[in-house]
Amino acid sequence: MIELPSFAIFFIGAVGALLLRGRILSSWTIAVPVVSGLFLVLSDPTEQAINVSVAGIELAIFQPDRLSLVFGYVFHIAAIFGGIFSWRMTNPISKASILVYAGSALGAVFCRDLISLFLFWELMAFSSAYLVICSGTSKAARAGVRYLTIQIVSGLLLLAGAVLHYAQTGSIEFTHMGLTGTAALLIFIAFGIKCAFPLLHNWLTDAYPESTPDGTVFLSAFTTKVAVYALARGFAGTESLIYIGAIMTCFPIFYAVIENDLRRVLAYSMINQIGFMVCGIGIGTELAINGATAHAFNDVIFKGLLMMSMGAVLYRTGKINGSDLGGLYKSMPKTAALCIVGAASISAFPLFSGFVSKSMVMSAALEEGYMIIWIALLFASAGVFHHAGIKIPFFAFFAHDSGIRVKEAPTSMLIAMGIAAFLCIGIGSFPQFLYGLLPYETSYTAYDTTHVLAQIQLLLFSALAFVWLKLSGIYPPELRSVNIDVEWVYRKGLLAAYNTSAYIVQTLVLYAYSLLTGLVKRSYRGITRVTGMSSRLANERTVDLMIVSIVVFFAVFLVYHLINL
Amino acid sequence: MADSKQKYDDRQLPRAVGLRRILRWFYAACALVLLLDIVIHRHVYHPWENLWFFYCVFGFVACVILVVVAKWMRQPLMRSEEYYDND
Repeated sequence: MIELPSFAIFFIGAVGALLLRGRILSSWTIAVPVVSGLFLVLSDPTEQAINVSVAGIELAIFQPDRLSLVFGYVFHIAAIFGGIFSWRMTNPISKASILVYAGSALGAVFCRDLISLFLFWELMAFSSAYLVICSGTSKAARAGVRYLTIQIVSGLLLLAGAVLHYAQTGSIEFTHMGLTGTAALLIFIAFGIKCAFPLLHNWLTDAYPESTPDGTVFLSAFTTKVAVYALARGFAGTESLIYIGAIMTCFPIFYAVIENDLRRVLAYSMINQIGFMVCGIGIGTELAINGATAHAFNDVIFKGLLMMSMGAVLYRTGKINGSDLGGLYKSMPKTAALCIVGAASISAFPLFSGFVSKSMVMSAALEEGYMIIWIALLFASAGVFHHAGIKIPFFAFFAHDSGIRVKEAPTSMLIAMGIAAFLCIGIGSFPQFLYGLLPYETSYTAYDTTHVLAQIQLLLFSALAFVWLKLSGIYPPELRSVNIDVEWVYRKGLLAAYNTSAYIVQTLVLYAYSLLTGLVKRSYRGITRVTGMSSRLANERTVDLMIVSIVVFFAVFLVYHLINL
Repeated sequence: MADSKQKYDDRQLPRAVGLRRILRWFYAACALVLLLDIVIHRHVYHPWENLWFFYCVFGFVACVILVVVAKWMRQPLMRSEEYYDND
């Protein structure tokens, strides 16, 4: 079989997409990941290694191993169901950028040197930014530019780190490095930006909800998961990741509860899920790394499913705010059912996919004695059910009847969601298929009475809390609003800081000017008081006195001189 | 006026009946897992897991705290939808 790296198939596919139109274009976008996926499954990719020598530097552009293959497989799955979901989108440039985006995500996970990683990293940034900008509104365009800026900064940090790493070690191989120096720190921050670390996270919740209904499905699948992979490869066992991950699981859920845009709720929920992965990578044991990878795999599918269901709602109704929606189960019962499967999966209900992977990370935290971290993760588990598991389906499909009557989602969208839902239940019910793909051999069993009962108790009583809060009217209503997050710093704060500092400088300059003119005026007045026309020195008596004194002085001097002669 | 009231009832009434039935089943399920906590012996890794009904209480309290704090966060953080429009 000829050796053809996955990204090459996608890039060739992208060129082809530019030449095609209509249904052939849509079929093409589905066929490309299918063909590439077959290449990957039928050949033994771990045996392949494609190296390219550029300017004397050996680039390992395609060198899959067990860790990267998990991500490679799920990226293909996401590209396939995303392709089916976007059947009705027939803009060739959008389709081409989707293929470039998916291809460069695959390139990034399968390459093993920092320079190739940087190139794929930036290609992902540009192709995905187009998916935000192509939404067409000026709001989306501005969000897309902000998104692109931050992604490029991440890429430049990666490049700087890579160059420094090369200067220090003479190697550009991308392998485990740990937080060992400036080069590693730069690369760590570059990954952290793409991974939505706390305070660096806001590009995600800013840009993803602005994309088209289908664009968001692709966005949610690739960028952050590539960063999770990169952290797992380069920084497994870095202790600070445990705490970063725990914070990531907890803080976004508060925002998710009060957020009105349901796709933005999912974006916050995505940071929460990545937090579990980052935490697992930080713990760094075989069980934890397996858990993080498995959870990334499942997250691509169930988050894709939730994004697709909200995309279908947006496509049909033109609305996505919780305050505008409600009662849609009557019009879109199939979409509602599929959305609930996604909600059950992200909430980690037993028999759904989230359960079999999230519990691995939590067990690993307990095994390694991170008791407080475990409590934080448990809190986040209850919270994710609350804001993603209940809130998303409840406010879109149930709650009060918004009176919106639309058609059920198009067949293509239902098929795409059906595939994702099938995988969610399939993986949740038969986790051994997923466990067989993981980087380390595992004998982990998710289904014992301890785990299952604990999880059901946690979830049912979280739901009970929702029911009680809702019936008693404590639950905050969905309101048309935005909530201030870190983005305020660069969207408002910098402008405000500029205005404030300009004001301060202006005030200081004016004060200094008045101080200076005051000083001049005062000294002028002082001088005139002493020497001016009306001063003592200038009046008649003084002048007389002066002449007399001079005459006396000279007289005295003369007399003195005469005596000395 | 009467017409709009009729419309409102049409939408809400079947839901209210269905909702009451669903909730009754839901409360029963909650009571069942609460009882199972006593019956089923579980492996314990964290000291807190020894507490009676730990997961039930934790799930309920965690969500109430989450919602109350999030609601309180609206005071300083919430702005109108047009807040960023001239950024």
